[in-house]
Amino acid sequence: MKKLLSIFAVVAFAFSANAGTLDDVKNRGFLKCGVTTGLAGFAAPDDSGEWAGLDADMCRAVAVAVFGDRSKVEFITTTGKSRFPTLASGEVDMLARNTTWTISRDVNLGFEFVGVNFYDGQGFMVPSALGVSSATELDGATVCIQTGTTTELNLADFFRLNGISYEALPIETNDEGKENLFAGRCDVYTTDASGLSSTRAAASNPDKWVVLPEIISKEPLGPLVRHGDHQWGDVVRWSLNAMIIAEELGITSENVDAQTSSNVPEVLRLLGVEGNYGEMLELSNDWAYQIIKQIGNYSESYEANVGPDTPLEIARGLNALWTQGGILYAPPFR
Amino acid sequence: MRSNLGFFSDEKFRSIFFQTLVVGLFALGLFFVITTTSYNLEKRNIATGWSFLQNPAGFDISFSPFLEFKSTDTHLKVYFVGVLNTLLVSVTGCIAATILGFILGIVRLSSNWLLSRLVYIYVEFSRNVPLLLQIILWYSILIQLPRVKQSLQVLDVFYISNRGLYSPRPIFESGFSYVSIAIVLALISSFLINRWAKKRQDKTGQQFPVFSSSIGLIFIVPLILFFILGSPLSFEHPELKGFNFKGGLVIRPEFIAMFLALSIYTAAFISEIVRAGIMSVSKGQREASAAIGLKQTWIMRLIIIPQALRVIVPPLTSQYLNLTKNSSLGIAVGYADLVHGFGGISLNQTGQAIECMAIVMATYLSISLTISFFMNIYNRSIQFKEK
Repeated sequence: MKKLLSIFAVVAFAFSANAGTLDDVKNRGFLKCGVTTGLAGFAAPDDSGEWAGLDADMCRAVAVAVFGDRSKVEFITTTGKSRFPTLASGEVDMLARNTTWTISRDVNLGFEFVGVNFYDGQGFMVPSALGVSSATELDGATVCIQTGTTTELNLADFFRLNGISYEALPIETNDEGKENLFAGRCDVYTTDASGLSSTRAAASNPDKWVVLPEIISKEPLGPLVRHGDHQWGDVVRWSLNAMIIAEELGITSENVDAQTSSNVPEVLRLLGVEGNYGEMLELSNDWAYQIIKQIGNYSESYEANVGPDTPLEIARGLNALWTQGGILYAPPFR
Repeated sequence: MRSNLGFFSDEKFRSIFFQTLVVGLFALGLFFVITTTSYNLEKRNIATGWSFLQNPAGFDISFSPFLEFKSTDTHLKVYFVGVLNTLLVSVTGCIAATILGFILGIVRLSSNWLLSRLVYIYVEFSRNVPLLLQIILWYSILIQLPRVKQSLQVLDVFYISNRGLYSPRPIFESGFSYVSIAIVLALISSFLINRWAKKRQDKTGQQFPVFSSSIGLIFIVPLILFFILGSPLSFEHPELKGFNFKGGLVIRPEFIAMFLALSIYTAAFISEIVRAGIMSVSKGQREASAAIGLKQTWIMRLIIIPQALRVIVPPLTSQYLNLTKNSSLGIAVGYADLVHGFGGISLNQTGQAIECMAIVMATYLSISLTISFFMNIYNRSIQFKEK
């Protein structure tokens, strides 16, 4: 019986896909990255049908780190509900999908959050015609809420804490939320403030909508991988960190070539001129150079996708570097 | 060698051998699935067990007409809310589909060309378009209704908007319980009268106006009592306050969309079953009953329908089962049924997919088996009894 069990265990092991994700990705020849079903600024197909956004850049950065080629990535759309099973079953190698880092997801669901690529918080958006100026005035309102999210739980907590009532209208995707809000089926849409900006930007007349000042939660959004594959976790973690460090060191996609002859030791280490950090990660030594060259540093990605010059108009705020009043911080590259 | 083959040529041995083999393979397969799953769950550090049912849900469910639900309630309560909502849409859907299906099935056989063609078009359309699309279609229509502030007012007391249909809520005051008791008593006595009248007719051939006397008992007696007691019933009218209507009864568009789509879709199948049932009764029956001078309505009620029911009930049962199972599509429009609430939100918030799905599947199985059980009893009671 024991022997039989161990045979099963071996067969079961063969079926589980989470051993050596990096090797799996290399053998397959492209990265499978789980993203949203479409959230402008974070991950949504642009006019030419290419996926674009902060999260899409995160996926591409990892693809560049592994293959040196930003096109070697397949984007797989996931809903708030399907994202975790999709990752757990090995259907995607990583998620970069506006996912909030929480203890239960990190510990109980068996995932590993490798960092934060956007510090967010939950907000409320209402039609400006409603004349509401604070979320505490929302007593009795119908609220559109994506199910299976942390925002759903925060919403219940917020209304309970303030002793006011609401009616929840459960929805599955951001598009459904938009549709119901614009049709007036719900008075309020609540999700991460960045998601609200994105939804507002997509409205036919953005001025008709206001985002209320209250931010009712911490929503650190970041990429995640399956727990237990530390090598792969390191690759994704340092792909993100490389972009942040590049901003800190002032390396951009434009000046990266000139920077290879810099005299700053950390720049040389990051760009693979000195040291063998690429080898440690089982990547080529110029992996970070390629990320910066092909994707850009964090600031470039931010400004192009969600920054003040985009329709989303989100100021850097918390997402500025720690040296510039924000809390964006990456460990030293050494 | 010969003796070995001899075993196999023994029919009894062979059948036992193959049956054991099949059962053994099945058990082995099941064992494999279970061990693989638990191994992988453990390996991925995914929590297992049933203790999550006692944890607070943390989210709110607004559509819960039978139970008060707060975010501090447990996942177990989410489950009960889901079961009740599933039953609500299934039961109302089955009743509506049966009534509509019977009417349409009979109309389809009508000699009026236009009527029967219209039903034909209805049947072909609604049973050949996927149910999911029909649900979404109804919902899309419903949310295009006027916004809550511009609600349509019907008969001064009903309000229709894309938030649902608001109507006054009856409030039963003291004394109304006597009226309810009177209704129950009237129902029981009309049932007894019906039995007595049948017996008397069997014996003496004399008829008794059962229908009109029952109507009198059930409606008029409680109504008189109601006025004698000084109308112990008032209504709470919905009022537009702040964002929404407050008070009154509300039927949500999510429910209406599900109810309409499920009953209209299933009614198409039921009407075909009814048509087949009626046509299965041989033409001679109708001609013979006309020959002995029975009225048209009597022929239908006493001769055709009882014989048609024997053909109708078994496939009708499977339509009820289908409707109940199809109600799980409520997730498409955010109807808080079992799959959406417990099998969706709870599953996602706790991450315990296997447990949640097992519970949901077991529940649907129980509901379906219960429906089958009662429909089988009914089926037996209407079968032809040889004397």
